[in-house]
Amino acid sequence: MKKELAVAALRNGTVIDHIPSHVLFKVVELLDLQHMKTGVTIGNNLDSNRMGTKGIIKIADIFFPETILNRIAIIAPGAVINIIKDFEVVEKRPVELPEEIIGIIRCGNPKCITNNEPMKTRFEVIDEGQVAVKCHYCGKTVPSSEAHLK
Amino acid sequence: MKNRSLVSIDDINREEILDLLKRARYFEEHPNLNVLQGKVVATLFFEPSTRTRLSFETAVNRLGGRIIGFSDANTSSSAKGETLKDTIKMVSNYVDLIVMRHYLEGAARYASEITDIPVINAGDGANQHPSQTMLDLYSIYKTQGTLENLTITMVGDLKYGRTVHSLLMAMRYFNPTFNFVSCDELKMPVEYKEICDKYGIRYTEHTDFTPEVINSTDILYMTRVQRERFTDIMEYEKVKNLYTLRNNMLLDARPNLRVLHPLPRITEIDQDVDDNPKAYYFEQARNGLFARQAIICRALGIDPENIN
Repeated sequence: MKKELAVAALRNGTVIDHIPSHVLFKVVELLDLQHMKTGVTIGNNLDSNRMGTKGIIKIADIFFPETILNRIAIIAPGAVINIIKDFEVVEKRPVELPEEIIGIIRCGNPKCITNNEPMKTRFEVIDEGQVAVKCHYCGKTVPSSEAHLK
Repeated sequence: MKNRSLVSIDDINREEILDLLKRARYFEEHPNLNVLQGKVVATLFFEPSTRTRLSFETAVNRLGGRIIGFSDANTSSSAKGETLKDTIKMVSNYVDLIVMRHYLEGAARYASEITDIPVINAGDGANQHPSQTMLDLYSIYKTQGTLENLTITMVGDLKYGRTVHSLLMAMRYFNPTFNFVSCDELKMPVEYKEICDKYGIRYTEHTDFTPEVINSTDILYMTRVQRERFTDIMEYEKVKNLYTLRNNMLLDARPNLRVLHPLPRITEIDQDVDDNPKAYYFEQARNGLFARQAIICRALGIDPENIN
């Protein structure tokens, strides 16, 4: 049987695939796609052999810097980036965890200084089986899937 | 110049710990030295802590330094809504060293990043209190003659007690054996047991506070079981007296055993232990003065043994 494309093909741009369904909208938020001016296609709860269901995001004509894309690894470590040029996949790679995350997420500890002072948050990424983020200031560590975006 | 702030006990390694202990011993032998003459130290206590503040201020005074500061955030400009950053920046114009206590976790780390003046953390919420750990280590070192290969039994609130967590972290360099004695609700958190595993540290866990455990121990580290830590008050009533040390429990203890407690104590050490020579908690508090003198001089880059 011919495999149907659930989401229309892209001429140029970035495809983020293999996003766990439950974090899809967190990725949308993380990349600030709400404010994109180019075409953005979002698919969720699509069938996936590997994951059961998955989400996929296609962003036309935008090529993000690597540091931005790697932020996705904090909430979706299994996500795969495809760079599309002229309908061809010219690059395909998994997202890579950064060692440190500055800004972007907020600490879940209400008594942390970062939630009480106008300052940037800073987290160390710990990758021991399950990915976790540790607040540089108060030390609170949470699984990255539970990290709150700012 | 290397930043000599002390925010967390995890910031210093084995050699630095031993160096601080050596200095603490020197200050115990020479508590009044004029090594801070001309220096001004700020003690910024955004939350009151009389015991800690008096200890730091005594340490500065005995070393000939001068002190400015406040003992309560209500009397500082933070009550007017000033940010911590602005307070630290302002104070940094005046002093050589900042000693600070804050109710928010991570406050001292942040302060140390926004000023070139060294910062000593005198407690940030439930997070870190490294001078307490140094005085615990100095007490252990003094009473046992070493930090190596000791059996340390921690009793009481092992879940929330920051002193036991910091002590565990600092002792990881010295091949200890730990006994953790607590009720199920207040057990040592998994992350610290994982650290023990990582460093090859032996530990056992007990819910009963028995003579067998005590008799295998060099340092008995007691902590307070606080009512507010319990979701179920019935559970608190059930366990509150299970972890009380009484004098007769020390009958067959090792001669070198010493009982430590970060204080204040409520009921977890019976008054009848106080006269036992193994009770060390009051001297332990006194050691805080020397440990803090050592920390202050390290922060200012002063070697008391090389001052003419």
